Order: sequence, then C-alpha cells, then structure tokens
Amino acid sequence: MTHILAIETSCDETSAAVVRDGRDVVSSVVASQIELHREYGGVFPEMASRQHVIAITPVIRESLRRAEMALADIDAVAVVHGPGLAGSLLVGLNAAKALAYGAGLPLVGVNHIEAHIYANWIRSDPDGEVAPVAPAFPLVCLIVSGGHTELVHVTGHHEYRWLGGTVDDAAGEAFDKVARLLGLGYPGGPLIERAAAKGNPQAYDLPSSLRVAPYDFSFSGLKTAVLRQVQEVQRSQGTDVTNRGVRLADASIAPGQVDMPVADLAASFQYAAVEILAEKTVAAAAEYGATQIVLAGGVAANKALRVRLAELAPVPVRFPPIRYCTDNAAMVGIAAHYRFVAGLRSGLDLDVQPALLLVAER
Amino acid sequence: MTELTMSITLHTTSPEQTRLLGRSLGTLLQAGDIVCLQGDLGSGKTCMTQGIGSGMGVAGVINSPTFVFVNEHAPVTSGPYLYHIDLYRICDLAEALTLGLEDYMYGDGVTVIEWADRAGEMMPPHCLWVRLTYRDYTERRLTIEAVGDRYVALVEALLLDPAVASAQIEVSA
Repeated sequence: MTHILAIETSCDETSAAVVRDGRDVVSSVVASQIELHREYGGVFPEMASRQHVIAITPVIRESLRRAEMALADIDAVAVVHGPGLAGSLLVGLNAAKALAYGAGLPLVGVNHIEAHIYANWIRSDPDGEVAPVAPAFPLVCLIVSGGHTELVHVTGHHEYRWLGGTVDDAAGEAFDKVARLLGLGYPGGPLIERAAAKGNPQAYDLPSSLRVAPYDFSFSGLKTAVLRQVQEVQRSQGTDVTNRGVRLADASIAPGQVDMPVADLAASFQYAAVEILAEKTVAAAAEYGATQIVLAGGVAANKALRVRLAELAPVPVRFPPIRYCTDNAAMVGIAAHYRFVAGLRSGLDLDVQPALLLVAER
Repeated sequence: MTELTMSITLHTTSPEQTRLLGRSLGTLLQAGDIVCLQGDLGSGKTCMTQGIGSGMGVAGVINSPTFVFVNEHAPVTSGPYLYHIDLYRICDLAEALTLGLEDYMYGDGVTVIEWADRAGEMMPPHCLWVRLTYRDYTERRLTIEAVGDRYVALVEALLLDPAVASAQIEVSA
C-alpha cells in the first residue's frame, strides 16, 4: 500500500489530504478562504498567502489526524507547484519541502491542472464509494475553472496532447464577471446556476463565440453581449449604473433599483456557455476516438454542463463529485501517486511556476 | 516646467481593427515602456493587448490574466518580455501595492496594465494611457494620451502608421 500526503495552496483553498494507492481518499481537509474573498469579488492574493500561512500547519495536522496516521506511515509528500498565484504556491511548496526533508520522504511536484483531471480517479473517500472503475484511455478532458478552459486529449498517464483553450476569458471567469454584471455576487458559478433555474434560456439570443480554431474558446464576446443587454434594460429605465466600482457593496445592479430580468439573462448566458463547451468537447471526443469524456475543474460542478454533455456525447461522460471539482489536495495526491509509481520525483530545489503549462508543446 | 503631452483619438469598428491598432503600437514599444489601459468590461482591453503582443512578437496565447493577475510572455526571437497585468480584482491602491507590480513596471520588459485606473496613483507620471469607450456593439473610441517625451515620440511615430492614420479622428497637443 502506498500512502501519499498531498498539499494544495495554489489559489484560495488551503488543503491537505492523505491518499491510498492512487484511488482512495483516506482524509481530505479544505480550509476554504471563500468567506474572506467574497467581500472582494475575487481572490485577493496577498490575503490568500497570509491565510495560507496561518492555515497550512493545522490543515496538514488535521489531515493526518483524520487519517489516523503519522508521518512515519507516509510514503511520499506531494504538492502543487503551479500554475497559480506565486505567493500562495510558495506556502504549500515550502511546507511540503520541509516535511519531505525533515521526514526523509520523496517529494512529488504536481501540476494543478493535471490534479484536476485525476480527481476522476477517486474510487472512495471517507463518505463511501465514489467511482469503482478508473477512467479508461484514450479520453478527452475538458478542464474548466476560474483560470482555465482547456481541452486535452489524454492517451495514458502523463501523456497529454493539448487540443485548444480560451483565447480570452476562462469559462469560470466569464461566470464570475457575468454574475457581477447581474449583481449576483461571488463566486459566480453557483449563483448563475441558481438564478438560471428560474429563467428562460431562450429569452436572449447571445452570441456564443468569436470565430476561433475548432477547439479554442472565446467567452469575451458572450460577456459583452450580456453587458449590452444589461445596459439596454437600464437605459430603458433611466438608470445606467454599470460603470460603478468593483466592490460587491456597489455591484452593478442594486437589489430593487431596476427591474432587471436577471433570471432570464443568467439562463441565456449559461445556455450559450454550456452549448459551446459541450459541442466542442463532444466534437473533440469524436475526432480523437476517445472512449470517455472527462470533466474537471470548478465549472464541472455546473449541472447544466453535465446534463448537456451527457445528452450530446456518444461515449460515457464522467465527472468528479462536486467536492472534488473545486480545488482540493485529494486530487493532488491521486495525480502524485501515478507519478510516484512511475518513478518520477522532484528535487528539493523544486520552485513555484505560476505560469506552468500542462503541455509545453502547442 | 510644463510636461510634454499629446492626445489622439481613434475610432475602430471591429475587434480585428482594435487588434491591428494594438499591433501597430506593439511594433514601436521598447523595454521599459508602460501602457495603461482603461475601459469597461468588454471594451477591448485584452483585444488591444493581443495586438500589442503580436506587434512585439511574443510567445503564448494572450488571454485574460484576471485570475492570475500577471501573465508573462517571452519574446519569440529577440526583444523585450511582455508583462500583461490585470487589476480587475483590485479595489484600491493599497491592494495593488501588495502585488509587487513595481518589479514588472520598472523591470526590463514592456508592461501593459488592464484596469490601470483601479490603482491610478501608482502609475508613473510618464506613460501611455489608452482609454477605450463604447460607441456601439462593435465600435470603439480609443483615446491615446501620451505624457513625457518618450511617449509623445511614440504617438508621433504611431501616427505615421497607415492603420492608425485611417482610424484617426482627432489630434491635440
């Protein structure tokens, strides 16, 4: 049996986990900073790294306590070293290096995007069974989060071919910015989804994409199209407030200030975003003969996306439980296991790489 | 002493044209130059930066740095780095100061800052401001304001570019 202690601090979550044999999550602790960040409508990096410093030791200790294990029971220490915010990544990386050095354990550096993909390998966690069968290669993976929108063809462990990505805004970023335009708050994904449930997705015909390469995405035009609709409604009611400041206290639409069709706009936006994500992913799966489609990243939590992909796809679609879609260390431990058993190790000179790519050749 | 300033106003009718103007600007930028972009969501800041990167000849897809705050783009062959900064998530000067932007702005690359007005006080007295405003769904008005000898010379050179001359509607010194 192989036990890996994994650490993840690339963005707004301080997280540690113990993973067994690359499939089973023995413990997973996520100290979310989301309450702090909510006030800012986004991630505030300096605050993020300060909070990571405060939380990192208790979170690691708690992950070992819940696993009923000591460092002596651990075979390797895994950590995300990029991509992400430099100051935040440093906290996790330095903690992992110190543990590895102090306990004489091997260190395994993991790419944050790869970790998201491997969230699909989780067989069980403390709550019970998750997915008994591991994903089968070749597969096409859609990674969608606040900072990433990428389509990747995966032919085996650590064998990636990059098919395309966003040319402007990431999908999750578009959800966040549209949520702000509609005065819904942060994080945008779940708030758009909730608002959209009461709206008509056909109410507005929003342009879904610019002309881009077959597997590239563009969400900037869609975001602007929502903005135009908001401005038109405001203009018709004599209250154009879209140019106000960024704090949520003065979000674009103050409650009750204008009669904004928020639900219809949210539903129409979500429909357009989901259509383009699902269509391109299904087309890629067909072209590359994928046996499965795999979703990863925070936007994989979006139910409309899951449902639409399942409708369109000729092959099975799988996605992690929502608690493993957003950032967590369990997925890092899973990804690290397959590096560890392949003999891949990192030196103690491992550095943070804020712009680390999953596939260097594009 | 009066500061040398110059302002031109341009008009573009498509994202492609905004990108072309950025490209013209990009070919003229040198290490140490700072370009501050101001404009609402969807006004074309990232689009303009894509053009600047293309004119400079830097590597990598130029997409929104909103999430990561800074994207670094290395030159394909030679020339300066492009540091693409985004202050969308920043509320004020105090927050911006914690990002360590000075390392980029006073470093050896070209720095393009989206939402620069979010921390206007930390922008240097000499720089190039590009203010993008909506005219219509695809039309944009770009006001380029140069402060300081270097940037006035830059705008004068920019005016010689045919792509700029055709989009130009106003010059004031």
